[in-house]
Amino acid sequence: MTVATLRQRVAAHRLLWPVLTLVLLLAVNAIFNPGFWHLQWRDGHLYGSLIDILNRASPLALVALGMTLVIATRGIDISVGAVVAIAAATAALLIGGELVVKDGVQSHVSRVPMGLAILAALALSALCGLWNGLLVARVGMQPIIATLILMVAGRGIAQLLTGGQIITVYYAPFFFLGNGFLLGLPFAVFIAAAVWAALDLLMTRTALGLFIQAIGINPAAARVAGLPQRLITVAVYVFCGVCAGAAGLVISSNVKSADGNNAGMLMELDAILAVTLGGTLLTGGRFSLAGSVLGALIIQTLTSTIYSIGVPPEINMVVKAGVVFVVMLLQSAEFRRAARGLIWRGAAA
Amino acid sequence: MSGIAAAALPRRIDARHVPVLGTIVVFLVTAGYGSVAYPGFFSAQVFLNLLIDNAFLCIVGVGMTFVILSGGIDLSVGSVIALTTMVSAALVEHHHWSAWQAIPLVLVIGTAFGAFMGTLIWRFRLQPFIVTLAGMFLARGLCYLISIDSISITDPGYTAIAQARLPLWGESASITVGAVLALAMVAVGIYLAQCTAFGRAVYAIGGSEASALLMGLPVGRTTVRVYTFSGFCSALAGVVFTFYMQSGYGLHAVGLELDAIAAVVIGGTLLSGGVGYVAGTLFGVLILGIIQTLISFDGSLSSWWTRIVIGALLFVFCLLQRLFESR
Repeated sequence: MTVATLRQRVAAHRLLWPVLTLVLLLAVNAIFNPGFWHLQWRDGHLYGSLIDILNRASPLALVALGMTLVIATRGIDISVGAVVAIAAATAALLIGGELVVKDGVQSHVSRVPMGLAILAALALSALCGLWNGLLVARVGMQPIIATLILMVAGRGIAQLLTGGQIITVYYAPFFFLGNGFLLGLPFAVFIAAAVWAALDLLMTRTALGLFIQAIGINPAAARVAGLPQRLITVAVYVFCGVCAGAAGLVISSNVKSADGNNAGMLMELDAILAVTLGGTLLTGGRFSLAGSVLGALIIQTLTSTIYSIGVPPEINMVVKAGVVFVVMLLQSAEFRRAARGLIWRGAAA
Repeated sequence: MSGIAAAALPRRIDARHVPVLGTIVVFLVTAGYGSVAYPGFFSAQVFLNLLIDNAFLCIVGVGMTFVILSGGIDLSVGSVIALTTMVSAALVEHHHWSAWQAIPLVLVIGTAFGAFMGTLIWRFRLQPFIVTLAGMFLARGLCYLISIDSISITDPGYTAIAQARLPLWGESASITVGAVLALAMVAVGIYLAQCTAFGRAVYAIGGSEASALLMGLPVGRTTVRVYTFSGFCSALAGVVFTFYMQSGYGLHAVGLELDAIAAVVIGGTLLSGGVGYVAGTLFGVLILGIIQTLISFDGSLSSWWTRIVIGALLFVFCLLQRLFESR
């Protein structure tokens, strides 16, 4: 009895498919690459493929977390890639940094205190989110178009900031964000985990999660029921902007530079893919933060798998496209009905 | 504000034409400013170059207009162009096909690609946004499967078509095959939208899909056809793009879908569907082109200003659309 209910509960759990996908990918990796699960303690922190995947998936997970809330309110934010570029450009520009040798001692000097630079980059990202949110909630534009404006113009702004150049950062403390280790794990993982934990608390311990879900299911009804629908919508976009900004900081710190043209390129698509893989419906309403984090991990593991099993990396995009097609078909009630009908007919014959 | 503007308009102008007329006015004002501000700007060739340099965008824009009129969106157009250039280049260069064999094949591929996405969208009630997003990944991925490097086209037959110039009034002005194709597609688009049952069904679906269904219009067939037509336009634009660049490359036309959407929106088509004109899209494309021309004539402005100005224009036009909708 208890076994049956447990099995039913597992089968009905919405994270079942993302978890299975990830496990499958990890298993494939383990088969093709015997050293995959191998973790090593070196230089005071952990080394290994798994750690590498965690580190690289962190910025994507950050963006996906912000995107989840936006999608949950029936929106979409395709400007995140541009916001990543803007945040990276701002931070790199403000920090800059140069190596100063004084009395034979090398020291790094930043243009502006690093904390201030990071705050400025995040504030600018929040401003980008505010712009999107106001266009969606106040002006009433369709989310995809409202954010399209910033997606087009944002990259121009990022290039304006960097003067069309790749700005290199020479300030070692800044590199900690994307390359540093804390307690043996990459620091970026802690950033993503902290945002996830805080968001999860906010969504499950307060009514905010319920409000967001209500707005996604029926915005008009939510407003009539007395929810501050517009305020929440704007806040969700601001949060998404800040998440994208944080991801931009991690990415620029990781590569020690900012490239207005290419930083965060196609990131919006990966983030939307991560959110969809995690079981969040694109039509709004039901959402899963854990699912989105899993989705980000799946995408990064998929990329690593493609590299590690020796498949040419150019197949990556075709595989990704295949995954999106399969996932969206599985999400479609019409497809499931058609498939069930086909199986049933096959069994009868 | 919009109320005053509307009241000041003479009775003869239909309210539905206002966005398109606004677009044309913006184009004329920009062109007038350029002619006054920069010597050499006001010449037939500068304006013909607008068409020549943006012929592929114009063709994609025609297909995109139908998609947006029907209330959908097609994000795959840029990558279908890239796939077309890649397939054409590989066939012509590596397999020594002639242009007349390669071009029909790539047109069929693009059309089939559009039909596939349209079928998924209609049959399984999937969101156009996510289906065409996946299509975008797929088409770009297929490019890389053919080759990750750029393939330049040296076939004499192909380059002859690419470099052919049709003279207009003497030696001073000429246009390319691509520009002629673009104008032809605009004409076909206007005919389809205004004079056929298909066009009426597209407008009806964009206005309200539920009403169109209740009226007994072939909603499913029309939806599939809209994406098929967009796929065909993308492939044709890809052929023109191949003429223009004389190479095939997986990174060709990155982000072109956004330019196409911007051109359609600036051309006065409402993103909510149901309202707009193909001719408006032509002017939307010309506005995008003239901004680039202005920036290159100025010389002191960097190329990224183009993106910022396009973003700003997009913002203004979307805002105006909202004002029209709420009225």
